[in-house]
Amino acid sequence: MDTETVARVARLARLAVSPDQQKAVAGELGQILAFVEQLNSVDVTGIKPVAGVHDDALRQRDDVVNDGNCAADILQNAPQTMADFFVVPKVVE
Amino acid sequence: MSTLTDLNMQQLLVGLQKKDFSALEVAKTYNAAVEKAAPLNAFITTTPEQALKQAAESDARRAAGKAGALEGVPLGIKDMFCTKGVRTTASSKMLENFVPTYESTVTQKLFDAGIVSLGKLSCDEFAMGASNITSAYGPVINPWTGADPVHAARQLVPGGSSGGSSAAVAAHAVVAATGTDTGGSCRQPAALTGTVGMKPTYGRCSRWGIVAFASSLDQAGTLTRTVWDSAKMLEVMAGFDDKDSTSADRPVPSFTGACGQSVKGLRVGIPREYRLDGIPDYVNKAWDDGIAMLKNAGAEIVDISLPNTAAALPVYYIIAPAEASSNLARYDGVRFGLRVPGKNLIDTYEQSRGAGFGPEVRRRILIGTYVLSAGYYDAYYLKAQQVRAKLMADFKAAYEKCDVILAPTAPDTAFGIGEKTADPVQMYLEDVFTVTANLVGIPAMSVPVGLAPNGLPLGLQIMARNWEEETMFRAASALESAAGFSAKPPFRV
Repeated sequence: MDTETVARVARLARLAVSPDQQKAVAGELGQILAFVEQLNSVDVTGIKPVAGVHDDALRQRDDVVNDGNCAADILQNAPQTMADFFVVPKVVE
Repeated sequence: MSTLTDLNMQQLLVGLQKKDFSALEVAKTYNAAVEKAAPLNAFITTTPEQALKQAAESDARRAAGKAGALEGVPLGIKDMFCTKGVRTTASSKMLENFVPTYESTVTQKLFDAGIVSLGKLSCDEFAMGASNITSAYGPVINPWTGADPVHAARQLVPGGSSGGSSAAVAAHAVVAATGTDTGGSCRQPAALTGTVGMKPTYGRCSRWGIVAFASSLDQAGTLTRTVWDSAKMLEVMAGFDDKDSTSADRPVPSFTGACGQSVKGLRVGIPREYRLDGIPDYVNKAWDDGIAMLKNAGAEIVDISLPNTAAALPVYYIIAPAEASSNLARYDGVRFGLRVPGKNLIDTYEQSRGAGFGPEVRRRILIGTYVLSAGYYDAYYLKAQQVRAKLMADFKAAYEKCDVILAPTAPDTAFGIGEKTADPVQMYLEDVFTVTANLVGIPAMSVPVGLAPNGLPLGLQIMARNWEEETMFRAASALESAAGFSAKPPFRV
């Protein structure tokens, strides 16, 4: 894995990786990828992929309101708030 | 009062019931034990005052004839469980100041059953690790010390990710502890500390309010001194929860009732692919001893094959990071958790996440993002999902021939703090025997069976069919009584 790929993936993950860390990170990720590439030797022709172990049993709840009026709870751990809102840096000019 | 902390959960419950001591006396003793165990760094947050308050309430309930199933039992809670009003960090700087406004379903059930919480136990950051060294709050120290000079000269890891839980249980700083198990995080630390570690079937316990790592693999579990104690805890922790769509709507059987039942005629599968190169002889010998113990107890030993065993770890290290990268997207520095102000919103996200996550978590987010990204998804993630299906088929076929599977839990005894860090894959190999149970969903538990020549504990793992925890507890308790493991670590409160 090269440093450009690290930079691209870091951007996708919204994770700051400083330029001086990129080389080391590329090396580590390369080691992990080399390890998982053992899977290339497994034949999966015709095998249906699974997302979990009880895929067919997933339950959906009724589409009804079952919660609410708890703005204070939701905001309690926010780094910055104003009235009942989360505050973020300006996103429109 | 050292004898009080030497009681296991079963003995403690009897003593409380007979009024040999009160829950308040027990809580006071354990608050002192937690303080004495401070050199292990097992706790991130201690809650001595809460413990005393809960113990007093527990005594009042008992006096009123309303004792719950775990009335007055002091536990430690892995810091992956959200606890209302008590800081929950997941061992991350990201959540250093996070105080949940809600209680996880599993801990709520434990509190409803009467437990007393001594505090929040350290783990690997976001439960990602096998040594507890990735915690932002420093490594946890294993109370065990090796017998030979090489092992005696260094501090050892307690395993991971539930390393605070395993160290605290082994040192008798808590009666038992909750854990979580995504790839072996209850079982491997148990094996490295001479304790019992258990994960139930995926869906048995609600995941609601547990800090999410890899949602298709995560399960709540236990770290205890005995198999019975684990069964007792699971009876309380298990059960349907509307708030987790993967929670199973099934009755919870009597797991304690399964303990001590005969294993006569039980078919115990020995997977031939688990005889790996490079595993020390004493690990294989402990396995052979375990086979002989179950055979002597009347079980039938069956040779089985799990042909895709070698693929399990690579599958895990694609699926777990992929799910983690998605789950951990929620830490954006906006709604909760650390915020590092940036030049704009995107920069704020990137700086907050860059500063809040430690190196192992960052690696897994990046690997997960990579294997899910356009152009790589089919080659990595989809392929891993297909091989996962093959692993499930392997186990289905094996369980036609046997009722439980016996295997080593960890590839070796506890190692030194700072070892196995030269490259990330070295640490991943710690999970070689444990990840499969998570990938296929089955219940599994580690039981201590003896000491290696280096004086450190070894564990063996019993895996059962989905939803057959009773069979698992039956086999595990037979193994426990045959092994008669009674060694204790040199550091104890």
